[in-house]
Amino acid sequence: MKKTPLYEKHVALNAKIIDFGGWAMPVQYTNVIEEHKATRSAATLFDICHMGEIVVKGPQAYDLLQFALTRNLQNQEIGQIKLSALLTDDGGIIDDLTVYRIASDFYLLVTNATTCESDWQRINSLRDAQGFDCKLENISENVGKLDLQGPSAQAIFSTLTNYDLNSLRYYHFMELKVSGQPALISRSGYTGEDGFEIYAPAKIIGDIWDRIMKAGLDFGLKPAGLGARDTLRLESGMMLNGQDISESVSPLEVPYSWLVDFDKEFAGAAALRALQQSGIKKKLVGLEMTGRGIARHGYKVFLGDKEIGIVTSGTFAPTLNKAIGLAFVDIDYSSPDTEISIAIRDTLSPAKVVKMPFYKRLKNTVVKRPVD
Amino acid sequence: MSKQNLNDRRYSRDHEWAKDNGDGTVLIGITDYAQEMLTDIVFVELPPMGKKVVKGEPMAVVESVKSVSDIYAPVSGEVIAINSKLEEEPALINSDAFGEGWIVRMRIDDAAELALLLDAAAYDLLISEDKH
Repeated sequence: MKKTPLYEKHVALNAKIIDFGGWAMPVQYTNVIEEHKATRSAATLFDICHMGEIVVKGPQAYDLLQFALTRNLQNQEIGQIKLSALLTDDGGIIDDLTVYRIASDFYLLVTNATTCESDWQRINSLRDAQGFDCKLENISENVGKLDLQGPSAQAIFSTLTNYDLNSLRYYHFMELKVSGQPALISRSGYTGEDGFEIYAPAKIIGDIWDRIMKAGLDFGLKPAGLGARDTLRLESGMMLNGQDISESVSPLEVPYSWLVDFDKEFAGAAALRALQQSGIKKKLVGLEMTGRGIARHGYKVFLGDKEIGIVTSGTFAPTLNKAIGLAFVDIDYSSPDTEISIAIRDTLSPAKVVKMPFYKRLKNTVVKRPVD
Repeated sequence: MSKQNLNDRRYSRDHEWAKDNGDGTVLIGITDYAQEMLTDIVFVELPPMGKKVVKGEPMAVVESVKSVSDIYAPVSGEVIAINSKLEEEPALINSDAFGEGWIVRMRIDDAAELALLLDAAAYDLLISEDKH
Protein backbone atom coordinates (compact mmCIF):
# COMPACT_ATOMS: atom_id res chain seq x y z
CA MET A 1 0.00 0.00 0.00
CA LYS A 2 1.08 3.59 -0.65
CA LYS A 3 1.68 5.77 2.39
CA THR A 4 1.24 9.50 2.76
CA PRO A 5 4.02 11.61 4.36
CA LEU A 6 1.88 11.62 7.54
CA TYR A 7 1.56 7.84 7.91
CA GLU A 8 3.91 7.59 10.91
CA LYS A 9 1.92 10.30 12.72
CA HIS A 10 -1.30 8.31 12.28
CA VAL A 11 0.35 5.19 13.67
CA ALA A 12 1.70 7.16 16.63
CA LEU A 13 -1.83 8.49 17.26
CA ASN A 14 -3.11 4.90 17.33
CA ALA A 15 -5.29 5.38 14.27
CA LYS A 16 -7.05 2.44 12.70
CA ILE A 17 -5.53 2.16 9.22
CA ILE A 18 -7.41 0.82 6.20
CA ASP A 19 -6.69 0.24 2.52
CA PHE A 20 -8.41 3.05 0.62
CA GLY A 21 -7.86 2.54 -3.11
CA GLY A 22 -4.32 1.31 -2.51
CA TRP A 23 -3.49 3.91 0.14
CA ALA A 24 -2.91 3.13 3.82
CA MET A 25 -5.21 5.77 5.34
CA PRO A 26 -6.55 6.46 8.84
CA VAL A 27 -10.26 5.58 9.02
CA GLN A 28 -10.55 6.77 12.62
CA TYR A 29 -8.36 7.86 15.54
CA THR A 30 -10.85 7.46 18.39
CA ASN A 31 -14.27 6.88 16.89
CA VAL A 32 -16.22 8.15 13.92
CA ILE A 33 -19.03 9.81 15.87
CA GLU A 34 -16.63 11.76 18.09
CA GLU A 35 -14.62 12.97 15.10
CA HIS A 36 -17.78 13.80 13.17
CA LYS A 37 -19.20 15.87 16.03
CA ALA A 38 -15.88 17.65 16.61
CA THR A 39 -15.99 18.79 12.96
CA ARG A 40 -19.47 20.25 13.41
CA SER A 41 -18.77 21.91 16.77
CA ALA A 42 -15.06 22.83 16.77
CA ALA A 43 -12.59 21.69 14.10
CA THR A 44 -10.79 18.62 12.77
CA LEU A 45 -7.73 18.02 10.65
CA PHE A 46 -7.69 15.41 7.86
CA ASP A 47 -4.77 13.91 5.96
CA ILE A 48 -5.83 14.20 2.32
CA CYS A 49 -2.36 13.74 0.82
CA HIS A 50 -3.67 10.81 -1.24
CA MET A 51 -5.66 13.07 -3.56
CA GLY A 52 -4.22 13.93 -6.96
CA GLU A 53 -2.92 17.24 -8.26
CA ILE A 54 -2.38 17.94 -11.96
CA VAL A 55 -0.98 21.21 -13.29
CA VAL A 56 -2.07 22.53 -16.70
CA LYS A 57 0.07 25.35 -18.05
CA GLY A 58 0.54 27.10 -21.36
CA PRO A 59 -1.05 29.44 -23.90
CA GLN A 60 -4.03 27.10 -24.47
CA ALA A 61 -4.47 25.75 -20.94
CA TYR A 62 -7.83 27.50 -20.74
CA ASP A 63 -8.95 26.16 -24.14
CA LEU A 64 -8.05 22.60 -23.17
CA LEU A 65 -9.95 22.71 -19.86
CA GLN A 66 -12.91 24.52 -21.38
CA PHE A 67 -13.12 21.61 -23.84
CA ALA A 68 -12.27 18.79 -21.42
CA LEU A 69 -14.61 19.81 -18.58
CA THR A 70 -18.38 20.24 -18.39
CA ARG A 71 -18.37 23.51 -16.48
CA ASN A 72 -18.06 26.84 -18.24
CA LEU A 73 -14.75 28.29 -17.04
CA GLN A 74 -15.13 31.54 -19.00
CA ASN A 75 -15.84 33.73 -16.00
CA GLN A 76 -13.50 32.03 -13.59
CA GLU A 77 -11.32 34.65 -11.92
CA ILE A 78 -7.72 34.11 -10.93
CA GLY A 79 -7.92 32.93 -7.32
CA GLN A 80 -11.27 31.20 -7.82
CA ILE A 81 -12.13 27.50 -7.74
CA LYS A 82 -14.76 25.75 -9.84
CA LEU A 83 -16.03 22.26 -9.26
CA SER A 84 -16.41 20.45 -12.57
CA ALA A 85 -16.91 17.05 -14.15
CA LEU A 86 -14.69 15.17 -16.58
CA LEU A 87 -16.63 12.79 -18.83
CA THR A 88 -16.08 9.86 -21.13
CA ASP A 89 -17.25 10.21 -24.75
CA ASP A 90 -20.37 8.33 -23.61
CA GLY A 91 -21.09 11.06 -21.06
CA GLY A 92 -20.15 9.01 -17.99
CA ILE A 93 -18.40 10.69 -15.05
CA ILE A 94 -14.67 9.90 -14.87
CA ASP A 95 -14.18 12.37 -12.05
CA ASP A 96 -15.59 15.33 -10.20
CA LEU A 97 -12.64 17.60 -9.66
CA THR A 98 -11.84 21.12 -8.56
CA VAL A 99 -10.19 23.60 -10.91
CA TYR A 100 -7.96 26.27 -9.34
CA ARG A 101 -7.11 29.18 -11.64
CA ILE A 102 -3.67 30.31 -10.52
CA ALA A 103 -2.86 32.57 -13.50
CA SER A 104 -4.49 33.20 -16.86
CA ASP A 105 -2.49 30.35 -18.40
CA PHE A 106 -1.91 28.25 -15.28
CA TYR A 107 -4.40 25.88 -13.60
CA LEU A 108 -4.27 23.31 -10.82
CA LEU A 109 -6.69 20.37 -10.99
CA VAL A 110 -7.40 18.54 -7.75
CA THR A 111 -8.63 15.02 -8.45
CA ASN A 112 -9.89 12.08 -6.47
CA ALA A 113 -7.13 9.69 -5.38
CA THR A 114 -8.44 6.67 -7.25
CA THR A 115 -9.20 8.53 -10.48
CA CYS A 116 -6.08 10.69 -10.82
CA GLU A 117 -4.51 8.30 -13.33
CA SER A 118 -7.70 8.11 -15.49
CA ASP A 119 -8.02 11.90 -15.37
CA TRP A 120 -4.40 12.23 -16.46
CA GLN A 121 -4.88 9.84 -19.40
CA ARG A 122 -8.15 11.42 -20.48
CA ILE A 123 -7.00 15.05 -20.39
CA ASN A 124 -3.71 14.21 -22.13
CA SER A 125 -5.49 12.37 -24.92
CA LEU A 126 -7.96 15.24 -25.39
CA ARG A 127 -5.06 17.68 -25.60
CA ASP A 128 -3.25 15.51 -28.15
CA ALA A 129 -6.36 14.92 -30.24
CA GLN A 130 -7.26 18.61 -30.35
CA GLY A 131 -3.68 19.89 -30.54
CA PHE A 132 -3.99 22.40 -27.69
CA ASP A 133 -0.72 24.13 -26.89
CA CYS A 134 -0.16 23.46 -23.19
CA LYS A 135 1.71 21.15 -20.84
CA LEU A 136 0.38 18.82 -18.16
CA GLU A 137 2.27 17.73 -15.10
CA ASN A 138 1.14 15.28 -12.44
CA ILE A 139 2.56 16.75 -9.22
CA SER A 140 0.63 14.48 -6.80
CA GLU A 141 3.78 12.86 -5.41
CA ASN A 142 5.29 16.19 -4.42
CA VAL A 143 2.20 17.85 -3.00
CA GLY A 144 0.76 17.29 0.46
CA LYS A 145 -2.81 18.24 1.32
CA LEU A 146 -4.56 18.81 4.64
CA ASP A 147 -8.21 19.68 5.23
CA LEU A 148 -8.87 21.83 8.29
CA GLN A 149 -12.64 21.83 8.75
CA GLY A 150 -15.12 23.19 11.24
CA PRO A 151 -16.39 26.45 12.74
CA SER A 152 -13.04 27.04 14.51
CA ALA A 153 -10.90 26.38 11.41
CA GLN A 154 -10.30 30.04 10.66
CA ALA A 155 -9.43 30.95 14.23
CA ILE A 156 -6.89 28.11 14.31
CA PHE A 157 -5.24 28.81 10.98
CA SER A 158 -5.12 32.56 11.73
CA THR A 159 -2.57 31.89 14.45
CA LEU A 160 -0.18 30.52 11.80
CA THR A 161 -0.30 33.34 9.30
CA ASN A 162 -0.43 37.12 9.01
CA TYR A 163 -2.70 36.93 5.99
CA ASP A 164 -6.24 38.11 6.55
CA LEU A 165 -8.36 35.00 6.15
CA ASN A 166 -11.57 37.03 6.44
CA SER A 167 -10.93 38.25 2.92
CA LEU A 168 -10.77 34.69 1.60
CA ARG A 169 -14.19 33.91 0.19
CA TYR A 170 -15.84 30.51 -0.23
CA TYR A 171 -14.40 28.58 -3.19
CA HIS A 172 -11.48 31.00 -3.48
CA PHE A 173 -7.82 30.47 -2.66
CA MET A 174 -4.66 32.38 -1.88
CA GLU A 175 -0.98 31.62 -2.03
CA LEU A 176 0.96 32.22 1.15
CA LYS A 177 3.97 31.06 3.10
CA VAL A 178 3.83 28.57 5.94
CA SER A 179 7.07 27.58 7.65
CA GLY A 180 8.78 29.82 5.09
CA GLN A 181 7.59 27.52 2.30
CA PRO A 182 5.09 28.26 -0.43
CA ALA A 183 1.60 26.95 0.26
CA LEU A 184 -1.85 27.39 -1.17
CA ILE A 185 -5.00 27.58 0.91
CA SER A 186 -8.60 27.57 -0.23
CA ARG A 187 -11.83 28.07 1.64
CA SER A 188 -13.49 24.81 0.67
CA GLY A 189 -13.89 21.22 1.78
CA TYR A 190 -15.94 18.06 1.87
CA THR A 191 -17.72 18.29 5.21
CA GLY A 192 -20.41 20.96 4.88
CA GLU A 193 -18.62 23.17 7.40
CA ASP A 194 -16.52 26.28 6.99
CA GLY A 195 -12.88 25.33 6.53
CA PHE A 196 -9.79 25.17 4.41
CA GLU A 197 -7.94 22.88 2.08
CA ILE A 198 -4.20 23.42 2.46
CA TYR A 199 -1.64 22.41 -0.17
CA ALA A 200 2.11 22.48 0.45
CA PRO A 201 5.24 20.60 -0.65
CA ALA A 202 5.05 17.02 0.61
CA LYS A 203 8.32 17.44 2.51
CA ILE A 204 6.90 20.14 4.82
CA ILE A 205 3.34 18.84 5.17
CA GLY A 206 4.26 17.00 8.39
CA ASP A 207 5.55 20.24 9.88
CA ILE A 208 2.33 22.06 8.94
CA TRP A 209 0.27 19.20 10.44
CA ASP A 210 2.18 19.56 13.73
CA ARG A 211 1.80 23.33 13.80
CA ILE A 212 -1.94 23.19 13.13
CA MET A 213 -2.45 20.45 15.76
CA LYS A 214 -0.56 22.58 18.29
CA ALA A 215 -2.44 25.76 17.38
CA GLY A 216 -5.70 23.85 17.72
CA LEU A 217 -5.11 22.69 21.28
CA ASP A 218 -7.15 25.55 22.74
CA PHE A 219 -9.92 25.13 20.18
CA GLY A 220 -10.82 21.47 20.64
CA LEU A 221 -9.13 20.46 17.38
CA LYS A 222 -8.91 16.70 16.75
CA PRO A 223 -7.48 14.66 13.91
CA ALA A 224 -10.24 12.96 11.93
CA GLY A 225 -10.20 10.00 9.57
CA LEU A 226 -11.94 8.86 6.43
CA GLY A 227 -14.84 7.43 8.47
CA ALA A 228 -15.94 10.86 9.67
CA ARG A 229 -15.13 12.36 6.27
CA ASP A 230 -17.66 9.96 4.77
CA THR A 231 -20.49 10.63 7.26
CA LEU A 232 -19.86 14.40 7.06
CA ARG A 233 -20.00 14.52 3.26
CA LEU A 234 -23.09 12.33 3.18
CA GLU A 235 -25.00 14.50 5.67
CA SER A 236 -24.10 17.46 3.47
CA GLY A 237 -25.46 15.66 0.39
CA MET A 238 -22.10 15.37 -1.36
CA MET A 239 -21.35 12.42 -3.61
CA LEU A 240 -18.40 10.04 -3.42
CA ASN A 241 -16.73 9.03 -6.67
CA GLY A 242 -16.52 5.26 -7.07
CA GLN A 243 -19.57 4.80 -4.87
CA ASP A 244 -22.36 7.20 -5.88
CA ILE A 245 -20.92 8.19 -9.23
CA SER A 246 -18.81 6.38 -11.81
CA GLU A 247 -18.21 6.16 -15.54
CA SER A 248 -21.61 4.49 -15.92
CA VAL A 249 -23.39 7.48 -14.37
CA SER A 250 -24.31 10.68 -16.20
CA PRO A 251 -24.10 14.07 -14.45
CA LEU A 252 -27.74 14.57 -15.50
CA GLU A 253 -28.81 11.62 -13.34
CA VAL A 254 -27.23 12.98 -10.16
CA PRO A 255 -27.23 16.43 -8.52
CA TYR A 256 -24.51 17.54 -10.96
CA SER A 257 -26.53 18.96 -13.85
CA TRP A 258 -25.49 22.39 -12.58
CA LEU A 259 -21.92 21.49 -13.57
CA VAL A 260 -22.95 21.09 -17.21
CA ASP A 261 -23.06 24.02 -19.62
CA PHE A 262 -24.68 23.07 -22.94
CA ASP A 263 -23.85 26.50 -24.40
CA LYS A 264 -20.28 25.35 -25.01
CA GLU A 265 -18.70 22.34 -26.70
CA PHE A 266 -17.05 19.81 -24.42
CA ALA A 267 -15.97 16.18 -24.44
CA GLY A 268 -19.02 14.01 -23.81
CA ALA A 269 -21.54 16.75 -24.71
CA ALA A 270 -23.09 14.83 -27.62
CA ALA A 271 -23.93 11.88 -25.38
CA LEU A 272 -25.44 14.19 -22.74
CA ARG A 273 -27.56 15.98 -25.34
CA ALA A 274 -28.84 12.64 -26.59
CA LEU A 275 -29.68 11.58 -23.05
CA GLN A 276 -31.43 14.87 -22.41
CA GLN A 277 -33.48 14.33 -25.55
CA SER A 278 -34.50 10.78 -24.68
CA GLY A 279 -35.03 11.66 -21.02
CA ILE A 280 -33.28 10.20 -17.97
CA LYS A 281 -34.62 6.95 -16.55
CA LYS A 282 -33.08 6.97 -13.09
CA LYS A 283 -32.10 9.59 -10.58
CA LEU A 284 -29.91 9.78 -7.49
CA VAL A 285 -32.06 10.84 -4.51
CA GLY A 286 -31.65 11.34 -0.80
CA LEU A 287 -33.40 8.87 1.49
CA GLU A 288 -34.17 8.75 5.16
CA MET A 289 -35.09 5.58 7.06
CA THR A 290 -38.47 5.88 8.74
CA GLY A 291 -38.39 2.25 9.90
CA ARG A 292 -35.69 0.33 11.72
CA GLY A 293 -32.26 -0.33 10.33
CA ILE A 294 -29.59 1.40 8.30
CA ALA A 295 -29.55 1.46 4.49
CA ARG A 296 -26.13 0.47 3.16
CA HIS A 297 -24.33 0.52 -0.19
CA GLY A 298 -25.81 -2.16 -2.48
CA TYR A 299 -29.13 -2.67 -0.67
CA LYS A 300 -32.18 -2.80 -2.96
CA VAL A 301 -34.93 -0.17 -2.99
CA PHE A 302 -38.60 -1.15 -3.31
CA LEU A 303 -41.92 0.57 -3.86
CA GLY A 304 -44.45 -1.87 -2.50
CA ASP A 305 -43.13 -5.17 -3.82
CA LYS A 306 -41.64 -3.62 -6.96
CA GLU A 307 -37.87 -3.21 -7.10
CA ILE A 308 -37.14 0.39 -8.15
CA GLY A 309 -33.49 1.01 -7.37
CA ILE A 310 -30.34 0.55 -5.34
CA VAL A 311 -28.67 2.31 -2.41
CA THR A 312 -25.26 3.80 -3.26
CA SER A 313 -24.35 5.28 0.15
CA GLY A 314 -25.93 4.80 3.54
CA THR A 315 -24.99 5.42 7.12
CA PHE A 316 -26.12 6.47 10.55
CA ALA A 317 -25.90 10.29 10.52
CA PRO A 318 -24.37 11.44 13.82
CA THR A 319 -25.55 15.07 13.67
CA LEU A 320 -29.11 14.14 12.68
CA ASN A 321 -29.22 11.02 14.82
CA LYS A 322 -30.94 9.02 12.10
CA ALA A 323 -30.14 6.74 9.19
CA ILE A 324 -29.76 8.43 5.79
CA GLY A 325 -28.52 7.50 2.36
CA LEU A 326 -28.34 8.07 -1.37
CA ALA A 327 -30.01 5.77 -3.87
CA PHE A 328 -30.59 5.49 -7.58
CA VAL A 329 -34.32 5.09 -8.16
CA ASP A 330 -36.60 4.89 -11.18
CA ILE A 331 -37.30 8.50 -12.26
CA ASP A 332 -41.06 7.98 -11.69
CA TYR A 333 -40.51 7.47 -7.98
CA SER A 334 -37.88 10.13 -7.35
CA SER A 335 -39.92 13.00 -5.90
CA PRO A 336 -39.49 13.98 -2.25
CA ASP A 337 -41.82 12.28 0.25
CA THR A 338 -42.25 9.19 -1.93
CA GLU A 339 -42.63 6.29 0.49
CA ILE A 340 -40.22 3.51 -0.36
CA SER A 341 -38.64 0.61 1.49
CA ILE A 342 -35.14 -0.76 1.72
CA ALA A 343 -34.35 -4.47 1.68
CA ILE A 344 -32.28 -4.94 4.82
CA ARG A 345 -31.29 -8.59 5.13
CA ASP A 346 -34.60 -10.49 5.06
CA THR A 347 -37.02 -7.61 5.72
CA LEU A 348 -38.31 -4.54 3.92
CA SER A 349 -37.85 -1.50 6.15
CA PRO A 350 -39.79 1.75 5.46
CA ALA A 351 -37.96 4.84 4.18
CA LYS A 352 -38.81 7.96 2.22
CA VAL A 353 -37.27 10.10 -0.49
CA VAL A 354 -36.09 13.42 0.96
CA LYS A 355 -34.58 16.66 -0.32
CA MET A 356 -30.86 17.15 -0.03
CA PRO A 357 -28.75 18.24 1.71
CA PHE A 358 -29.74 16.41 4.86
CA TYR A 359 -27.73 18.87 6.91
CA LYS A 360 -26.97 22.55 6.31
CA ARG A 361 -24.85 24.62 8.64
CA LEU A 362 -25.97 28.01 9.89
CA LYS A 363 -23.79 30.56 8.11
CA ASN A 364 -23.08 32.60 11.21
CA THR A 365 -21.51 29.82 13.23
CA VAL A 366 -17.90 30.74 12.45
CA VAL A 367 -16.18 30.89 15.82
CA LYS A 368 -13.62 33.69 15.91
CA ARG A 369 -12.23 33.04 19.36
CA PRO A 370 -11.86 30.06 21.65
CA VAL A 371 -14.99 29.41 23.64
CA ASP A 372 -14.48 29.99 27.38
CA MET B 1 -7.37 -1.22 26.65
CA SER B 2 -10.32 -3.55 26.75
CA LYS B 3 -11.79 -4.75 30.03
CA GLN B 4 -10.62 -7.97 31.60
CA ASN B 5 -12.15 -11.19 30.27
CA LEU B 6 -14.07 -12.73 33.15
CA ASN B 7 -13.64 -16.24 34.50
CA ASP B 8 -17.38 -16.74 35.05
CA ARG B 9 -18.06 -17.38 31.35
CA ARG B 10 -16.73 -18.99 28.16
CA TYR B 11 -15.70 -17.41 24.86
CA SER B 12 -15.99 -18.19 21.15
CA ARG B 13 -13.33 -17.56 18.53
CA ASP B 14 -15.79 -15.10 16.94
CA HIS B 15 -15.69 -12.94 20.09
CA GLU B 16 -19.00 -13.87 21.69
CA TRP B 17 -19.29 -14.81 25.35
CA ALA B 18 -21.70 -17.33 26.94
CA LYS B 19 -22.44 -17.36 30.64
CA ASP B 20 -23.97 -20.48 32.19
CA ASN B 21 -26.91 -19.56 34.42
CA GLY B 22 -26.85 -23.07 35.92
CA ASP B 23 -30.52 -23.69 35.03
CA GLY B 24 -30.13 -24.93 31.46
CA THR B 25 -30.00 -21.37 30.11
CA VAL B 26 -27.07 -19.21 29.03
CA LEU B 27 -26.68 -15.47 28.62
CA ILE B 28 -24.93 -14.39 25.43
CA GLY B 29 -23.17 -11.21 24.39
CA ILE B 30 -20.09 -9.97 22.57
CA THR B 31 -16.77 -9.38 24.30
CA ASP B 32 -15.37 -6.05 25.32
CA TYR B 33 -12.57 -6.60 22.83
CA ALA B 34 -15.18 -7.04 20.07
CA GLN B 35 -17.03 -3.83 20.95
CA GLU B 36 -13.71 -2.01 21.00
CA MET B 37 -12.94 -3.23 17.48
CA LEU B 38 -16.45 -2.32 16.26
CA THR B 39 -16.44 1.07 18.04
CA ASP B 40 -19.57 3.26 18.08
CA ILE B 41 -22.42 0.73 17.81
CA VAL B 42 -25.51 2.47 16.39
CA PHE B 43 -27.88 -0.38 15.59
CA VAL B 44 -28.62 -3.89 16.88
CA GLU B 45 -30.90 -6.39 15.17
CA LEU B 46 -32.14 -8.99 17.65
CA PRO B 47 -33.54 -12.43 16.80
CA PRO B 48 -37.24 -13.08 17.44
CA MET B 49 -38.20 -14.79 20.71
CA GLY B 50 -38.38 -18.54 20.33
CA LYS B 51 -35.93 -18.65 17.43
CA LYS B 52 -33.86 -21.83 17.24
CA VAL B 53 -30.25 -20.98 16.64
CA VAL B 54 -27.42 -23.23 15.57
CA LYS B 55 -23.88 -22.95 16.88
CA GLY B 56 -21.69 -20.95 14.49
CA GLU B 57 -24.59 -19.46 12.55
CA PRO B 58 -25.63 -15.77 12.50
CA MET B 59 -28.00 -14.98 15.34
CA ALA B 60 -28.03 -11.16 15.56
CA VAL B 61 -26.48 -8.18 13.79
CA VAL B 62 -24.62 -5.19 15.20
CA GLU B 63 -23.82 -2.13 13.14
CA SER B 64 -21.33 0.63 13.78
CA VAL B 65 -21.32 3.81 11.72
CA LYS B 66 -19.10 2.11 9.15
CA SER B 67 -19.74 -1.61 9.44
CA VAL B 68 -22.33 -4.37 9.61
CA SER B 69 -21.29 -7.45 11.64
CA ASP B 70 -23.02 -10.75 12.25
CA ILE B 71 -23.10 -12.13 15.77
CA TYR B 72 -22.73 -15.92 15.68
CA ALA B 73 -24.40 -18.27 18.13
CA PRO B 74 -21.65 -19.66 20.39
CA VAL B 75 -23.88 -22.65 21.26
CA SER B 76 -27.09 -24.15 19.82
CA GLY B 77 -30.44 -23.56 21.48
CA GLU B 78 -33.64 -21.54 21.62
CA VAL B 79 -33.89 -17.79 22.26
CA ILE B 80 -36.00 -17.27 25.39
CA ALA B 81 -35.21 -13.61 26.12
CA ILE B 82 -33.80 -10.68 24.17
CA ASN B 83 -32.27 -7.50 25.52
CA SER B 84 -34.77 -5.10 23.97
CA LYS B 85 -33.04 -2.16 25.69
CA LEU B 86 -30.48 -2.43 22.88
CA GLU B 87 -33.08 -1.30 20.35
CA GLU B 88 -33.15 2.14 21.95
CA GLU B 89 -29.64 2.16 23.37
CA PRO B 90 -27.31 0.11 21.13
CA ALA B 91 -24.29 1.82 22.72
CA LEU B 92 -24.92 -0.20 25.90
CA ILE B 93 -22.75 -2.81 24.20
CA ASN B 94 -19.92 -0.28 24.04
CA SER B 95 -20.28 0.83 27.63
CA ASP B 96 -20.91 -2.57 29.24
CA ALA B 97 -20.38 -5.49 26.87
CA PHE B 98 -20.14 -8.07 29.67
CA GLY B 99 -23.15 -6.78 31.63
CA GLU B 100 -25.95 -4.42 30.54
CA GLY B 101 -24.99 -5.02 26.92
CA TRP B 102 -25.97 -8.72 26.88
CA ILE B 103 -27.80 -9.73 23.70
CA VAL B 104 -29.94 -12.84 24.23
CA ARG B 105 -30.72 -15.52 26.77
CA MET B 106 -30.92 -19.02 25.34
CA ARG B 107 -32.09 -22.43 26.47
CA ILE B 108 -29.07 -24.51 25.55
CA ASP B 109 -29.62 -27.75 23.59
CA ASP B 110 -26.55 -29.52 24.90
CA ALA B 111 -24.76 -28.12 27.96
CA ALA B 112 -21.62 -30.00 26.93
CA GLU B 113 -21.17 -27.48 24.09
CA LEU B 114 -20.13 -24.87 26.65
CA ALA B 115 -17.05 -26.84 27.55
CA LEU B 116 -15.94 -26.66 23.91
CA LEU B 117 -15.64 -22.88 24.15
CA LEU B 118 -12.50 -21.08 25.31
CA ASP B 119 -11.90 -20.12 28.92
CA ALA B 120 -10.80 -16.57 29.77
CA ALA B 121 -7.07 -17.41 29.64
CA ALA B 122 -7.36 -19.05 26.22
CA TYR B 123 -9.43 -16.13 24.92
CA ASP B 124 -6.84 -13.65 26.30
CA LEU B 125 -4.25 -15.49 24.25
CA LEU B 126 -6.44 -15.44 21.13
CA ILE B 127 -6.91 -11.69 21.22
CA SER B 128 -3.27 -11.01 22.02
CA GLU B 129 -2.39 -12.92 18.83
CA ASP B 130 -5.07 -10.96 16.99
CA LYS B 131 -3.35 -7.72 17.92
CA HIS B 132 -0.01 -8.81 16.45
